[in-house]
Amino acid sequence: MPAKAQEKEKLIDKEGKRVDGRKLDELRPIKIEVGVLSNADGSAYIEQGKCKILAGVYGPRESHPKHLALPDRALLQCRYHMAPFSVEERKSPAPSRREIELSKVIREALQPAIFLEYYPRTSIDLFIEVLQADGGTRCAALTVASLALADAGIPMKDLIVACAAGKIEGQLALDLSDAEDKQGEADVPIALMPTLDAVTLLQMDGNLTMDEFEQAVNLGLNGCKQIYKLQKEALKAKYVEVKEAMEE
Amino acid sequence: MSSVMVKVKQKQIAQLIAHGKRLDNREPNDYRDIQIEVGFIEKAEGSARVRLGKTEVLVGVKVDVGEPFSDTPEEGVQTVNAELVPLASPSFEPGPPDENSIELARIVDRGIRESKAIATEELCLEPGKKVIIVFIDVYVLNHDGNLIDASGLAALAALLNTKMAKYEIEGGEVKKKPGYVPLPIKNYPIPITFAKIDGKMVVDPWLEEEQVMDARLTMTFEKDGNICAIQKGGDGYFTTQQILDAAKIAQQKSVEIRKLVVKE
Repeated sequence: MPAKAQEKEKLIDKEGKRVDGRKLDELRPIKIEVGVLSNADGSAYIEQGKCKILAGVYGPRESHPKHLALPDRALLQCRYHMAPFSVEERKSPAPSRREIELSKVIREALQPAIFLEYYPRTSIDLFIEVLQADGGTRCAALTVASLALADAGIPMKDLIVACAAGKIEGQLALDLSDAEDKQGEADVPIALMPTLDAVTLLQMDGNLTMDEFEQAVNLGLNGCKQIYKLQKEALKAKYVEVKEAMEE
Repeated sequence: MSSVMVKVKQKQIAQLIAHGKRLDNREPNDYRDIQIEVGFIEKAEGSARVRLGKTEVLVGVKVDVGEPFSDTPEEGVQTVNAELVPLASPSFEPGPPDENSIELARIVDRGIRESKAIATEELCLEPGKKVIIVFIDVYVLNHDGNLIDASGLAALAALLNTKMAKYEIEGGEVKKKPGYVPLPIKNYPIPITFAKIDGKMVVDPWLEEEQVMDARLTMTFEKDGNICAIQKGGDGYFTTQQILDAAKIAQQKSVEIRKLVVKE
């Protein structure tokens, strides 16, 4: 049966390289762009391996529906959504239970970074569209969402950066691809505010001993710190472009 | 609760917790009293009613025959659904499941699935065509905090209580044979939930603690003491050290609590 044959495919070769040629502690290639949508108040785009994700922020603006507005702070609303063509088998465009859960955990992971109390009675609406998915979408979504918030000029304590670590064929590995996530033994997505050592998202599924868990957390945090640099570069690059355009 | 009330209460609860005490006199790592009653619903193949302090959750397990998923043609199917029944809390409203009930169901599901608690490979009747489906329905009857642990515990107790008909394939048709067999269970996942309040961690937060907590962390341990699922919730954050400390406490706690459900 094809499913069985696929399972036997090795995820790590004799030289310790993964299917896509990466080392165990190596991230997928990452490309980030800030300010990619003209209508949104803030936006960003990320490619991490084959993942392609777009995030747009509207607000702070009048909250809709109005009764949801909070008297002492802004309301953060988040929609994580996958395009029907983003995965192998067409996904119904209606929000799945997975998407509803991820919208919630992503919102709760971003919330600690934002000074929501600066904008009472308003709402900040964040829309994340996964155009193509290949493992680790919640992490890439968080990374790109926090850039979109920053691009919208919303004051934040730090950027949120996220990365997953996991276990494949008995070994801990960074930033799992879809195949590695599905066939691997564990996946631990983590989101971090690097300057505050604040973990704002932590999930896990699979099976890890306590030692492995601690190592996976540290591996994931390391990945976060590497992506953090790329995030800051991408944010700066936008303002260099703006500056150059002004000078012309 | 209004945000002013929350702030007043938060101060009081946080001051107590800073001194290692809690409003209901528990220690930071103490659970509330746990009572488990199994077989409460005779019409369900398995059921359990768990009381965790005043929190009350009823789980019913129904077993049926259906089609497998195309990527696992030789495995039975497990589904978890959670209902936050309106009679359980003034904050619950009738209607389709909201994000809270979906998250609750998915945390319970992940614990059972990732620990491989149900031997789904033994639930195949005809590969690719007919498998046994296990419906686990979590019914919250009274909400006084920590629905996750109460639901996880009730789900495990209900699965262990489940007896299903003997199914056999005869001439392409599924037939029920006389007699019952227990649902094959291989593992016993136990979720342990922490609340972080003003920088301190407490286990099994009750409602008033949940209303003022900064963040929530659930770690599910399987029978060998390994972690099989984690979920962070709430609007706050944890430091790396808080997470690692919590994992050690949760591992110990899971051993204690498992003894209440699994009599070996």
